[in-house]
Amino acid sequence: MTTTAQTSDPTKRRHLLRRMLPARGPSNLVLGIIAIVWLVPTVSLLVISLRPEADFGVSGWWKALLDPASLTFSNYRVLFDQGFVAGGLLDSLMTSIEITVPATLLVVFFACFAGHSLVFGKWRGRDVVFLTVVGLMVVPVQVALIPVVQFYHELGNLFGLNPYGTIPGVIIFHVAFGLPFGIFLMRNFMSGIPMDLLEAARMEGAGEWKVFYRIVLPLALPALASLAIFQFIWVWNDLLVALVFLGGNAHTPLTVFLYDQNHELQANYWIISTGAIVSVIVPLIVFFSFQRYFVRGVLAGAVK
Amino acid sequence: MSGSTINAKIRTSGHRPWIREHAVSFAFLAPAAIWLLFIVIYPTIDTVRLSLFNESATKFLGLTNYKTVFSTDTILTAFRNNVIWVLIFPFFVTTIGLIFAVLTERIRWATAFKALIVMPIVFSTTASALVWATMLDNSPQIGAVNAAVLTVSDWFNPPGAYPVSATAGQTVANLVGSNAHAEKNSSIVSNSSARAGGMIDIGLEDVSPTTLALLKAQDAVKPQPMSGAITGVVWRAFSPSDPTNKTDILPAELGLPILRLSLVNPQGVSVATTTTTTSGQYKFSNVGTGSYFVELVGSNFSSGFTGISWLGGSSLTPVSGLGQTAQALLSVPLADMAMIITYLWIWAGFAMVLIGAGLASLNREVLEAARIDGAKEWQVFRRVTVPMLAPVLAVVFVTMIINVLKVFDIVLNMASGSSINATPTLAVEIYNDGFTGGVHSGVSSAIAVILFLLVLPAMIMNLKRIKGV
Repeated sequence: MTTTAQTSDPTKRRHLLRRMLPARGPSNLVLGIIAIVWLVPTVSLLVISLRPEADFGVSGWWKALLDPASLTFSNYRVLFDQGFVAGGLLDSLMTSIEITVPATLLVVFFACFAGHSLVFGKWRGRDVVFLTVVGLMVVPVQVALIPVVQFYHELGNLFGLNPYGTIPGVIIFHVAFGLPFGIFLMRNFMSGIPMDLLEAARMEGAGEWKVFYRIVLPLALPALASLAIFQFIWVWNDLLVALVFLGGNAHTPLTVFLYDQNHELQANYWIISTGAIVSVIVPLIVFFSFQRYFVRGVLAGAVK
Repeated sequence: MSGSTINAKIRTSGHRPWIREHAVSFAFLAPAAIWLLFIVIYPTIDTVRLSLFNESATKFLGLTNYKTVFSTDTILTAFRNNVIWVLIFPFFVTTIGLIFAVLTERIRWATAFKALIVMPIVFSTTASALVWATMLDNSPQIGAVNAAVLTVSDWFNPPGAYPVSATAGQTVANLVGSNAHAEKNSSIVSNSSARAGGMIDIGLEDVSPTTLALLKAQDAVKPQPMSGAITGVVWRAFSPSDPTNKTDILPAELGLPILRLSLVNPQGVSVATTTTTTSGQYKFSNVGTGSYFVELVGSNFSSGFTGISWLGGSSLTPVSGLGQTAQALLSVPLADMAMIITYLWIWAGFAMVLIGAGLASLNREVLEAARIDGAKEWQVFRRVTVPMLAPVLAVVFVTMIINVLKVFDIVLNMASGSSINATPTLAVEIYNDGFTGGVHSGVSSAIAVILFLLVLPAMIMNLKRIKGV
């Protein structure tokens, strides 16, 4: 990040590395143990969701590892068979998608536009705007909650469209708090695009819009992917914003579904574990399909 | 009307208006700018205003809400918890990330390992919190951690045949029926002493019938005296037909099997050991001169390990003799630790990836030079690698401080009924004060302003760093 590699020849570097490092054996053992420890909670969740409801609390989930035949999909079947009733698992899955997809797309679009303006626009004050955006990256969500709730009610009074308690209300908030990171990421990435390319296109008479979608956008795709993944995971996993802005709505995202189940008088762990698996599967697929972009995003924006 | 004149002027001076020249640029910026203005910037400023008003934002109160913040016990507890989080978490996550990053440089399956460690970042904190609440559950039939600890502890400290449950408020003294007393080391010692050829009987009560059924206990029978030996019976001194009689062995009263006994001299030194039979009888043969007491050793009553109540109300530093507020502020709840462990599981991958990238871009020749100069591996790490990584470590550290200042989901989902009052953080208090039972803006906004001020130094550091790039 801060220093650049001096030994750029990869074969030479690997050779150096091998010589400097002590024997691999102990590292393999230590990391093997760490890997198992890290995996246990996830495995436990999966196993509990696959065990019959009655087994929970009677014997530990690890007993099922010796008896894989006892595992069943019945928990999933029961919850899926409920269909899309409000407050059910499938309904929550749908609600999570309904919130996350628009919130991700809007942030990606707006951040690309803004990044383009900040990098390729020639207006004065760009740096001030960019630094403001950097400053906004660390603003805690909590600082804005109450005024935004009131702002939503105000919109209701003025235009009859009160986003409070609705899915658009949640999306609007997520877009706002996803933008600072998004603009930061896109602006930094776009700064690396050679100005000559744009100048050449402009010379040929291309308008700003054409320059944007013909040249800048295709070149910025890797950063765009990183941003989309980040924003998707961030919104998908949010609990607070949904709790505050969906107050009273019968349709809740998966995080709120899990939170509610856990705060029932008699928490049903078979529902919680099954719901938790459903809730982590989507981000897991995203993560494993686009791992490279995810890691790049982590490296680019370690500030949120 | 004036538009045309301005246009005319500009045309003559050869300049286009600033706003029009950059109209396209501004159009590109507009959606983001409007969004940020209305949903981030204006609300942040408005929160400062609301913090000076009453809870329905109708009456100006000045700094009253801030006074309330610093004089309310639950909010002070939240401050304490934020301090605990900030002091412990960033340090450990950075250290773990550094260790993982260094170790992965040396293995072939680094990519798989990294993917595994990073994976929990993409889980919702809600799901992770619920998983770990189960992992850390008290019951060894649910919580894997306690089950593992139990297995290990049973090797070293197996439970006795007659466990006394401290959690149910039972003590060894409760078991004493007749002719005995409890000692400090949770053993039971006979009141009467005997010489060779004599007898000592001890009656116990409060022994569960299920335990005795499990041990196949038979009716207590008083043995015959034997020359050169001390004999007797240990029995359950409770009979439904005569519940107050604890001194006589009544019909159908059961002997207590497999009790470990010890023969102790008046100085308290054990000279021999034995075990009771299924009818509660025992015999110490070849007893020397002098008189002796019979001791039921403490291990009979040990309940062994009963599980750590990670998410219960206990705290790591119980401070007695202090005022209630001081006590609340100085204790470190065990549940905080459980949450911090969970958070380490979530975030270690993040630290590892960042530090790993820093490590990969280090100037290898400097490290090599240090080695050629004879520096040992640890010295190279300590004196060269870590200082060279300092900027990356700082980024991880600061990012994690910001993260932890806002910690919310994990507390909301992991706190149990008995730890819910000990574990709130500022973010949780903002939610609880502001959004439970309708919207109350005053105190909640004041806490939010304080949280914002706490994040401010990190914001300034970021700005300096990015400006410098």
